[in-house]
Amino acid sequence: MSEVATTYEAGAHSALQHHFENMEQQREAGTLGMWVFLVTEIMFFGALFLAYTIYRYQYPAAFASASNHLDIRLGAINTAVLIVSSFTMAMAVYSTQVGKQRNTIICLILTMILGATFLGIKAIEYHDKYRDHLIPGQLIPGHPFNPAVAKPGDTDEHKLHLVEGATVHNVELFYWIYFAMTGLHALHMIIGLGIMIVLTIMAWRGRFGPEYHAPVEISGLYWHFVDIIWIFLFPLLYLLGRHLEGRIG
Amino acid sequence: MEEFTIPKPPRTNYLNAEYGLKSWLLTKDHKRIALLYLGAISFFFFIGSLYAMAIRLELLSPQGDLVQSSTYNKMFTQHGIIMVFFFLIPSIPATLGNFLIPMMIGAKDLAFPRINLLSWYIYMLGGIVTIYALLAGGVDTGWTFYVPYSTTFSNSYVIATGLGIFINGFSSILTGLNFIVTIHTMRAPGMTWYRLPLFVWAHYATSLIMILGTPVIAITVLLVALERLAHIGIFDPAAGGDPVLFQHLFWFYSHPAVYIMVLPGMGVISELIANFSRKNIFGYKFVAFSSLAIAVFGFLVWGHHLFVASQSVYAGMIFSFLSFAVAIPSAIKVFNWTATLYKGSISYDTPMLYALGFIGLFTIGGMTGLFLAALAVDVHLSDTYFVVAHFHYIMVGGTLLAYLGGLHYWWPKISGRMYPEGWGRFSALVVFVGFNLTFSPQFILGYMGMPRRYHTYPADMVSWQVLHVLSTAGASILGVGLLIPLFYLIWSMRYGRIAEANPWNLPGLEWQTASPPPTENFLITPVVTQEAYEFAPPEHKEVVGKFERQQRTEI
Repeated sequence: MSEVATTYEAGAHSALQHHFENMEQQREAGTLGMWVFLVTEIMFFGALFLAYTIYRYQYPAAFASASNHLDIRLGAINTAVLIVSSFTMAMAVYSTQVGKQRNTIICLILTMILGATFLGIKAIEYHDKYRDHLIPGQLIPGHPFNPAVAKPGDTDEHKLHLVEGATVHNVELFYWIYFAMTGLHALHMIIGLGIMIVLTIMAWRGRFGPEYHAPVEISGLYWHFVDIIWIFLFPLLYLLGRHLEGRIG
Repeated sequence: MEEFTIPKPPRTNYLNAEYGLKSWLLTKDHKRIALLYLGAISFFFFIGSLYAMAIRLELLSPQGDLVQSSTYNKMFTQHGIIMVFFFLIPSIPATLGNFLIPMMIGAKDLAFPRINLLSWYIYMLGGIVTIYALLAGGVDTGWTFYVPYSTTFSNSYVIATGLGIFINGFSSILTGLNFIVTIHTMRAPGMTWYRLPLFVWAHYATSLIMILGTPVIAITVLLVALERLAHIGIFDPAAGGDPVLFQHLFWFYSHPAVYIMVLPGMGVISELIANFSRKNIFGYKFVAFSSLAIAVFGFLVWGHHLFVASQSVYAGMIFSFLSFAVAIPSAIKVFNWTATLYKGSISYDTPMLYALGFIGLFTIGGMTGLFLAALAVDVHLSDTYFVVAHFHYIMVGGTLLAYLGGLHYWWPKISGRMYPEGWGRFSALVVFVGFNLTFSPQFILGYMGMPRRYHTYPADMVSWQVLHVLSTAGASILGVGLLIPLFYLIWSMRYGRIAEANPWNLPGLEWQTASPPPTENFLITPVVTQEAYEFAPPEHKEVVGKFERQQRTEI
């Protein structure tokens, strides 16, 4: 053990901060810090998941109707986009570890493009909701929640098709949770993109290598976490009423 | 003849390493950040105390003759918000914890010094937003922000205050994160988990609550603000929402938050009891793990705040049982402290006086908590002064006394100067007397039915007024008792006797470096070979006494 310790001390890396003994300790601290941070994030989203669970249990019909109005194609495409972005992120971490600087930069840029694509598609979805007057409460002044409800037999996609037992009030509650959760998720994506820009610049300047790759690894953890949140959000928000398809209309 | 001089510690320490405002505001040294927190927290404590005095003055007489009821509502709300979020929660962790955890584990700094500084700026930003809300018109919802009053009916600055608390929460999260990572990864060689001082164990448990609980209050306050702003209906029954959901989310954080306040205090007391009895603590592992047990149980008892809020009686029974269960780890601590005192070489210095006060007051506070955890008794005592007295015994009698005790104990290390011992003991006694006179009458008042948060009471209830007058008199004494340390601690920074590196002659790692310590804490990374509180290892011939080292044969 002592030999290992001395070799680390002998070749102190320029990125080693003064209060750490060696790079290994610094990397461990950073990684553990990110894991602890992700735990706080789970609790942060957790309150919203709790609200979702309680209200879905109380108003299953309204939640199914509201969920059916979401665009499942866009949601599914976004899920695929995000999973691929997690793959490119993992490749960025790998390339850094083996010291392939060019591949790191390419993978980081690909991840950013995919992340931006996700946000673009999300923006289209938000706009559709805005058009259909589905923004809850007075979140946007002068544009209150006021969707057109479809009559039986009406197949207009822009109108809200209510399952038996659902009220517009409770549909509003679903949309409120939808916007809170996807909005918070999108905010995390935007922060992630910011981190990625910094990483790309650092990689461009050749700061990373086999001895020093902790920042890419740690940011990778964050990106995968944001991805996983979406993996939960997609079925909870988009798929929950699909089995009731036949009963609508 | 050659003159022999005792080598002096290096003259450069963390206080005089750099000068100027910038060197403080941009510092990454955990010890300086602790002092930044100390200043800010003292300021908020002062503001909160002013509100407390105003409340006590109003209650001197049965009529509402000092302030109107709406003003009174703002006063107790602001007293609660400032004291809970800006004093009690950060008090011990952000000052003493920040200063001492790296020193106790033999590290040069916390794992993330920049995040540590950031947490102070976040705290200040949250504080400034809250102060703005108070100056702009204040807030009158009670520190609990219960809906629908806070979302629909209150005409005060709920959103601004909520924003202040939301921001402040992140400072708490970052402090907790920093402590956990530091304790895991930064321990000196030989500093195993079971050699950690119990202060560190207590802070580890506290940090767990901070990182698990605080995000929930942050999102809850955010929901209240959005509900108030846009009426989206999540807590509004008119739109299908549930106001009791708010209470569940609020207390899921705010009950564990009580343990954020008292656990670090228990850590301080473990240090004081062991060190001023000059004995190894009785049942080290039990005291260490009881901190974790309190943190875990603490998350499972929030429902005891909802006994009279439409919660099902079966849920109530479970929460009641679990609340009783918290008494077990708490009692383990009290019994172990008492057993440590047994046959100890006890010295009654100021920190020890605070520690002994803590044990008594915490016991009363904890036992009255059991009254409130009992379903039937709680129906009678809910929202009375009994509750007020109970939690002040924990928060003031517990946390504040531990904070003051710890501040005196480590003051030589922090400032490099001794505080005046005579004044210290005197003020500790004044605080103890004043505290008991303030809050013990409130138990009786509450039992007799005086509701909390009322600014008037029936004029023909003479006994109520007598008790209120006693309580106000006690608050004045308590106020004086708290002002004395404020003056002499500031005085001692310049005029106090110079402290040696180890003025109490103790084995703890933080005492093995200069007072005040150098910026990097230890000039050479220490190697730990002893258990914590090892006053008389059997193989040593010398026994560490308070004033001099003695040979074993002499005692």
